[in-house]
Amino acid sequence: MTRRTVVDIATQVAAGSLSASTVLEENLAAITAREHEIHAFNLVTADRARERAAEIDADVKAGKKVGRLAGVTISLKDNMCTRGVETTCSSKILAGWKPPYDATVVRRLADEGAVFVGKTNLDEFAMGSSTENSAFGPTRNPLDTSRVPGGSSGGSAAAVAAGFSAASFGSDTGGSIRQPAALCGLVGVKPTYGMVSRQGLIAFGSSLDQIGPFTTTVADAALLMEVIAGHDPLDSTSLPQPAPQLTSVLANGVKGLRIGRVADMPEGSSPDVLARLDAAFEALRAAGATVVDVKLPSMSFGLTAYYLVAPAEASSNLARFDGVRYGLRVDAKDLNAMYGATRAAGFGDEVKRRIMLGTYALSAGYYDAYYGKALKVRRLIADDFAKAYAQCDAILTPTSPTVAFKFGDKTSNPLAMYLCDVFTIPTNLAGHAAMSVPFGTGEAGLPVGVQVLAPALGEATMFRVAAELERAS
Amino acid sequence: MPEPISRDTVAKVARLARLDLTEAEVDRMTTQLAGMLEHFRDVDALDLSNVQPLNQPIPLTNVLRDDVEQPSLDRDEVLGSAPAAQDGRFRVPPIIGFEE
Repeated sequence: MTRRTVVDIATQVAAGSLSASTVLEENLAAITAREHEIHAFNLVTADRARERAAEIDADVKAGKKVGRLAGVTISLKDNMCTRGVETTCSSKILAGWKPPYDATVVRRLADEGAVFVGKTNLDEFAMGSSTENSAFGPTRNPLDTSRVPGGSSGGSAAAVAAGFSAASFGSDTGGSIRQPAALCGLVGVKPTYGMVSRQGLIAFGSSLDQIGPFTTTVADAALLMEVIAGHDPLDSTSLPQPAPQLTSVLANGVKGLRIGRVADMPEGSSPDVLARLDAAFEALRAAGATVVDVKLPSMSFGLTAYYLVAPAEASSNLARFDGVRYGLRVDAKDLNAMYGATRAAGFGDEVKRRIMLGTYALSAGYYDAYYGKALKVRRLIADDFAKAYAQCDAILTPTSPTVAFKFGDKTSNPLAMYLCDVFTIPTNLAGHAAMSVPFGTGEAGLPVGVQVLAPALGEATMFRVAAELERAS
Repeated sequence: MPEPISRDTVAKVARLARLDLTEAEVDRMTTQLAGMLEHFRDVDALDLSNVQPLNQPIPLTNVLRDDVEQPSLDRDEVLGSAPAAQDGRFRVPPIIGFEE
């Protein structure tokens, strides 16, 4: 299968040498051929997509100016609001709900000519690392269907890996873009907290969540970031500044950059993954960067802090699903009974578990011992990063400790599943930028992702490093 | 660090969270939450006495806008996606009078 990149599609459609409808039909044909075994989507919006592609082709023919993403096919994680199009969070509690507005990111993409192919599957309410927690069934990894695609944005990763769309968007609260990108051999970006609007993203952990792209190339991710980033008055945590310039820095190389190697990195990564990480350091050194040792002593405590902070925020955010304003209602004699019955019937096991943990951690008598302490650990992690970034410009780690694992491998033990995110979580706690870049293969010929970390607003440096790794791979 | 979480506490937290858990779910949740909270004891190795909590990764001060009317969501569209609506409002079951 020939893969069309975002940049190629946008350039050729705008120039009139390729039609948006042709691109879309290629993707729809791939969906027809393989979606039954992959299950990347909760909903394919083929009719709307065909209308939109035809509009863009008509505009090009009429000589009208088209956007920066004219004809680019995109899939959206099903926790981003799309007006009039079912948005479920892969939960029974929202099944059938059609939002009355578009998320800011969705609107910005549409304004630049993107063609939306469908809404992708996820771990229910983005809680998971394998997309096995969806109420509508798991998504399979297109590279090996006996393995998970990662999660929680597994459907978005699978959609791009299977050629169902040129790019997709996910959300990352503790690694939910980067880890599936690594497991499916894609580029995945978690922007600096506040760089991309969260308006219309159904909230999981509000101090951690960010939307970001999945693409096959670093240049595609850079272009999509330039479109979606930048201040949004509808999100009060949105940073008051414009989108960063990223497409223009990709050719700059890494000469003179200092790349951090974490001397006290948490253990548990498999040898194939560590071998690729070493090769990545070598490639950057060969391209003129210096490698320096840094220490992040609190990194291994990130997982512990995250699994208090994220459930605490989730227990508060998910209080809105109460059978009153949208989604499922289970009738009962009074309001309280209706709440309890609706939420018991609507939420799956993992969501219930995290609501319980979060409610407990925030409840009277336990707040200081758990949530309060977790926020202090969060400070230590941010301080560790600040010290490390005084010595280096970016840090490399594995994205995931292993390549894609098999279905059921980690479902019986929540803690084993949570360990998938040991390298990705600290970034979310600190609010920094990070991305995963495919860098060769490991066990069973499956892709290995290298994670590039940068300080808050360090996207330009991060993309330079990512582009160099891409050239070397 | 508090005592291990008890079954009674789990049942109480479920009521706070408005989740009607089955007896089997309360049992399972008690074991699983105890396991996760046990893991949290790791942080006892850290001296946190002089550490300030970090609530927001990138601090912003209050974000205000001018108090002027702006277009809002369409009421019929919003009520149209509710489980029950009547006379331009969300309809809910009785709020008081059925407490045990």
